[in-house]
Amino acid sequence: MRKHIFQGMIHAPLTEAAPAPDDAALAELAQAVERTARRRLGRSLAIREVDAGSCNGCELEIHALNNAFYDLERFGLRFVASPRHADVLLVTGPLTQNMCEALERTYRATPDPKWVVAAGDCAIDGGLFAGSPACVPGSIGAAVPVDLYIRGCPPRPIDLLKGLLALLEAQA
Amino acid sequence: MAVLSEALAKAQPCPAHYPVPRAVVGAEAWKQAAQGFAEGRMTLLGLWGERDAAHMAVRDTEEGSIAVLSLLCPNGRFPSVGAVHPPAVRLERTMRDLYGLIADGAKDTRPWLDHGKWPHSRAEARAPYDFLPAEGENLHHIVVGPVHAGIIEPGNFRFTAGGETIVRLEERLGYVHKGIEGLMAGADLKRGAQLAGRTSGDSTVAYAFAFARAAEAALGCEVPPRAVWLRALMAELERLANHFGDIGAICNDAAFALMHAHTGVLRELVLRTCDAAFGHRLMRDSIVPGGVAHDLDDRGVAAIRALLAEARRRFPPLVKLYDDTASLQDRTVGTGRLSLELAQQYGAGGFVGRASGRNFDARRDLVYAPYDQLHFTVPIRNDGDVNARVWIRIHEVEQSLGLIEQILDRLPAGPITVPLPIGSDACEGLALVEGFRGDVLVWLHLNREGTIARCHLRDPSWFQWPLLEAAIEGNIVADFPLCNKSFNCSYSGHDL
Repeated sequence: MRKHIFQGMIHAPLTEAAPAPDDAALAELAQAVERTARRRLGRSLAIREVDAGSCNGCELEIHALNNAFYDLERFGLRFVASPRHADVLLVTGPLTQNMCEALERTYRATPDPKWVVAAGDCAIDGGLFAGSPACVPGSIGAAVPVDLYIRGCPPRPIDLLKGLLALLEAQA
Repeated sequence: MAVLSEALAKAQPCPAHYPVPRAVVGAEAWKQAAQGFAEGRMTLLGLWGERDAAHMAVRDTEEGSIAVLSLLCPNGRFPSVGAVHPPAVRLERTMRDLYGLIADGAKDTRPWLDHGKWPHSRAEARAPYDFLPAEGENLHHIVVGPVHAGIIEPGNFRFTAGGETIVRLEERLGYVHKGIEGLMAGADLKRGAQLAGRTSGDSTVAYAFAFARAAEAALGCEVPPRAVWLRALMAELERLANHFGDIGAICNDAAFALMHAHTGVLRELVLRTCDAAFGHRLMRDSIVPGGVAHDLDDRGVAAIRALLAEARRRFPPLVKLYDDTASLQDRTVGTGRLSLELAQQYGAGGFVGRASGRNFDARRDLVYAPYDQLHFTVPIRNDGDVNARVWIRIHEVEQSLGLIEQILDRLPAGPITVPLPIGSDACEGLALVEGFRGDVLVWLHLNREGTIARCHLRDPSWFQWPLLEAAIEGNIVADFPLCNKSFNCSYSGHDL
């Protein structure tokens, strides 16, 4: 194990330069932040991920944000285990009827000020699952107010990162 | 004569079901088949319903042959398989929820995927869910989910514990039911393939592969050799990415974050290579009925070869690290043990079955191209604990690296798609593909105009989730994440 730790000290990190925040997302957020109680959170956001019916593809890419290449935590963004600790709900999936109540309760359990980011094509309008009687028409936005959408099936980690950085910029 | 051949000899064969036979049996033969599962002479591969029929996919343990047996149920009832063979219980509850079919004689008739939230929910499903009782002195409940602490899919786990020791785990799933099989009905093959590829995101290649093979079997369509080999290449890359990610994630659940950091790098390298080679990190929608959507160019080949070299450089020291870290093995050895008897009874696929001595791999035992022309071994262990499941995955990584190299060396040239001969008669196809998690089954019934009449997708998790309940018994609560990750069942693939 010592060898691995020493190598970690002498080799340059794999972590890549930060992308610029997504311009479109910044514009989208400017409006959202206007109507939110503006409060500096010290350029730090705690994120609670909620899978509201995804195929787990989005979760795989959200996980990737924590790997050495993207290293989400260097931006002050971190995933937390409870909505009680969260500033942001990162929600995926077409919002199944069976997850609707759980999402609403998670939202209510999150203290203000809070933002909701809906990630993935399903989270926007149901995607390929739109029209299924097992999914809520209108997807995530039908149950909770969404501040930012991140497209993709699934969104690439870099797109998730751009969106989340835009959120940091907008509220700073 | 083997039990399946006997059943088929007495049954009425259905034409236009490929590549294995399907036959309509009577209620007596249906019950005999259920008895065959209970006695271990046959393995249940799948059990699904339609409005007026029940179907089971069956493998004869002795002969290795496969068939689909169907029972017409004009009155919406069929003799319960689950009454004598527990692996069928959740499947039967699902048939009731989705198609209204009632399993006569079933002991557990609680709703499963239906949580009482759908417009067409059953009245029973709207009542509070009736969890199994656990009685005893000083027992307490721990209820977890559906929203978990980690970045994982939703499910509800109800633990009953005596002190730290789990005496019962009851799972409640269905939270991510999207109605995929309902959406399949009436869809064309293109949309069908997209839906199949979104059944379980981590197995998008395996599902698209199985769906395409079922469609091609039904239509009698031969795919160009290059497409066949590219499919296997994608399937092995998907296996590699998942195994790398999960080996580290299991260690992370034993608080050994170093391994997670290193295997996370390996996983990312695989996904970036897939992106370079096929235009999508998870290779979603890359396999289509009739072939593959993206050809592999020289740059893609070079990227994959570079990945192989990098993986062979980086992975062995990590295996040694796992092997040398006693404090880590203290957590994994002897934890979450699954017996061979249960693995066989449930027909547990993938590393869950193989770590408990169930010697089965669809690539070898239900051989499909191009695996008939490739060399690989199927690792088996008998200890059945978390450690064994880690080691099976380590060995499968090594096998996949070898397979990818063979495929690149021998990749045939030529076209990558063929037009589908749509417009003949109604037809049906069945395919099983070995995903990273185990065998994925797709059964497809096509209408005359080539649209989908019924498509059933059976994730390997159906036969692994119940085993997690068994494996966790007697372990401490703190070891649940470790056990759960070592199974890594799909919620979405199960909930459909």
